[in-house]
Amino acid sequence: MAGTPETIEQVRAVTEQKYKYGFTTDIESDMAPKGLNEDTVRFISAKKEEPEWLLEWRLKAFRAWQGMEEPHWPKLNYGPIDYQDAHYYAAPKQKNKPKSLDEVDPELLKTYEKLGIPLREQEILAGVEGSEGKSPAIAVDAVFDSVSVATTFRAKLEEMGIIFCAISEAVHKCPELVQKYLGSVVPYTDNYFATLNSAVFTDGSFVYIPKGVRCPMELSTYFRINQANTGQFERTLIIADEGSYVSYLEGCTAPQRDENQLHAAVVELVALDDATIKYSTVQNWYPGNEEGVGGIYNFVTKRGACRGKNSKISWTQVETGSAITWKYPSCILQGDNSVGEFYSVAITNNRQQADTGTKMIHIGKNTRSTIVSKGISAGRADQTYRGLVKILPKAEGARNHTQCDSLLIGDQCGAHTVPYIENRNRSARVEHEATTAKISEDQLFYCRQRGLSAEDAVSLIVNGFCKEVLKELPMEFAVEAQKLVGISLEGSVG
Amino acid sequence: MIEIKNLHATVDGKEILRGIDLTIRPGEVHAIMGPNGAGKSTLSYLLAGREGYEITEGSVTYYGKDLLEMEPEERAAEGVFLAFQYPVEIPGVANTTFLKVALNALRKHRGEKELDAMQFLKLVREKTKALGMSDDMLKRAVNVGFSGGEKKRNESLQMAVLEPKFAILDETDSGLDIDALRIVAEGVNALRSPERSMLVITHYQRLLDYIVPDHVHVLAAGRIVRSGGKELAVELEKNGYRDFGANEAA
Ligand SMILES: Nc1ncnc2c1ncn2[C@@H]1O[C@H](COP(=O)(O)OP(=O)(O)O)[C@@H](O)[C@H]1O
Ligand SMILES: [Mg+2]
Repeated sequence: MAGTPETIEQVRAVTEQKYKYGFTTDIESDMAPKGLNEDTVRFISAKKEEPEWLLEWRLKAFRAWQGMEEPHWPKLNYGPIDYQDAHYYAAPKQKNKPKSLDEVDPELLKTYEKLGIPLREQEILAGVEGSEGKSPAIAVDAVFDSVSVATTFRAKLEEMGIIFCAISEAVHKCPELVQKYLGSVVPYTDNYFATLNSAVFTDGSFVYIPKGVRCPMELSTYFRINQANTGQFERTLIIADEGSYVSYLEGCTAPQRDENQLHAAVVELVALDDATIKYSTVQNWYPGNEEGVGGIYNFVTKRGACRGKNSKISWTQVETGSAITWKYPSCILQGDNSVGEFYSVAITNNRQQADTGTKMIHIGKNTRSTIVSKGISAGRADQTYRGLVKILPKAEGARNHTQCDSLLIGDQCGAHTVPYIENRNRSARVEHEATTAKISEDQLFYCRQRGLSAEDAVSLIVNGFCKEVLKELPMEFAVEAQKLVGISLEGSVG
Repeated sequence: MIEIKNLHATVDGKEILRGIDLTIRPGEVHAIMGPNGAGKSTLSYLLAGREGYEITEGSVTYYGKDLLEMEPEERAAEGVFLAFQYPVEIPGVANTTFLKVALNALRKHRGEKELDAMQFLKLVREKTKALGMSDDMLKRAVNVGFSGGEKKRNESLQMAVLEPKFAILDETDSGLDIDALRIVAEGVNALRSPERSMLVITHYQRLLDYIVPDHVHVLAAGRIVRSGGKELAVELEKNGYRDFGANEAA
């Protein structure tokens, strides 16, 4: 077909749409000088007007970190990271802490609107007569670079005793909760990146659901890295008290830049007796370009403690972004009859690399865990599933079922499965199933014969492959995630 | 009008089609019969645009366009539909989702408005009922765990929904019991119209009792060795393919 101006324009529109979150917001920022030392830690702590105990905790972490080495066991390939060549704090300049959305910089509200998260509109819509109780609204905590810029629906949640705010604010608002639980699941000595995060974390979300309360709406944090040369180190802490329930969503994007940016987050979840936490992530950090230039280095520690009996923690993740992903959302199943779940879709295209999986540590009796991992590799990407199922001697009757499926598109990508199983209880049962498949020519041709383009065909087939995981996502996220699956694989065939 | 001229094709260096000539006018139904391995499926795949064949000679003109130059999805958009001899499974993709995506892709190409979920469901329920299929089959993943007969009915359903201009049915009758055969044939007959052409590939004359063709051709060893009216099918049923079989190919 001849390349008419229209078709050329169309093609350009499509290819540029690949990473549509790549824009930058022009906003004045308050930044820490480049570099990392004790002064940086003190600077951040002072900016947040933190109590002495927290500064001490950070400094302990920083000192521990100095004696640690970056881990090299993951199957990842990247040049050395210069930890001194980054800013550890960047905050959009705001005169005062905004008390309501009306006080938030319009430029920031516009950014979130562009990202598809109209903070203001959501609150207004929810306030409209008759809309209440119909479609459940989502409360959003918007984190821009190092700080939380707005949290919606707070008043409504507070009526029920639910605390949903920036962690920097929780430190002042409910210090006893923060002090009791911060670092209780991921100690500050845990691993290189978690320790770094403990020293320099800037913001993130805090959630507390009181006893017996079922949180009436999805809680969500939207992370956005904007500034160049900054690392993002957010810290999220969610506590579900006895008999409570919460579903929490996390989304993330970053501008398109040629240099790599470091993101090292920590998420801690605590579920007490009979409590349930459902934690969903759609991770779409900038993945770098086709040649592997730029993109986010995503080194994240996520762990949930099922402390109470009959408690449940469920992780669902759709990982499509980042140049490098290093992430193992885990469950410590301490309470008897507690349940851990991990549902994961990881897509790597072009030069992306991911080493991801989960850890299920069975401590209590009759603890159960389910792992469903779907890995899709295309282009020259490389992906590893790394999972640990550990059954301790007292975990009488523990059960695990693991299902690991890999799908390859093309013949230059790689998929690896590394399951570790340690079973120290005879009554426990651990099952592991793994498959590797390619999208077959027959499937592609069948779809194309029905009128689908090659790319739509791949997207449809991959969405089918991931269905078991995608159906675990809250409705509001599922549609977005399906589209994202298609976009991430653009250019992978043909 | 579809004009196949002197079409030669090889797979892995082996010549499978050895000069096919066939003209199909709008509204006509042509049947192709022939022994196993004659090249019937190869011809249908070539017309639909499957990769893996080398066309060494000849041409196919489809309503004035060079069909062989078009991508499979362009051919589909222009109204070419192939009911597969072996329909393909797509795990995790609901039959309705697949149909809806396909129909809307075609509608978009034709400049028609895409159907929303409600409109689509209404349409597909009607067609499903007409083919004696249960709604349950719509929810199941495309062809996954379908019996041979269910797969064939599913192909007919897709054809009924997509309303092609040129439908190729590759042994759609195999695997169907007599009742199912009659229903599928009724579905096909309902689609017959002055604008629509069909190429019905079958091994048995049985199907042609229900779908009465305008022309019958015998394909053997990569060539059309005889053409005639519907009475040719009856003759073949009586005498078999012995006269055209592998012997002549050798
Ligand atoms: N992909 C292929 N590779 C090698 N030989 C093939 C391939 N596809 C078809 N053939 C051969 O081509 C011939 C015709 O096959 P086909 O078109 O399926 O016949 P029919 O549908 O008439 O039974 C057979 O001899 C078959 O073995
Ligand atoms: Mg055949």
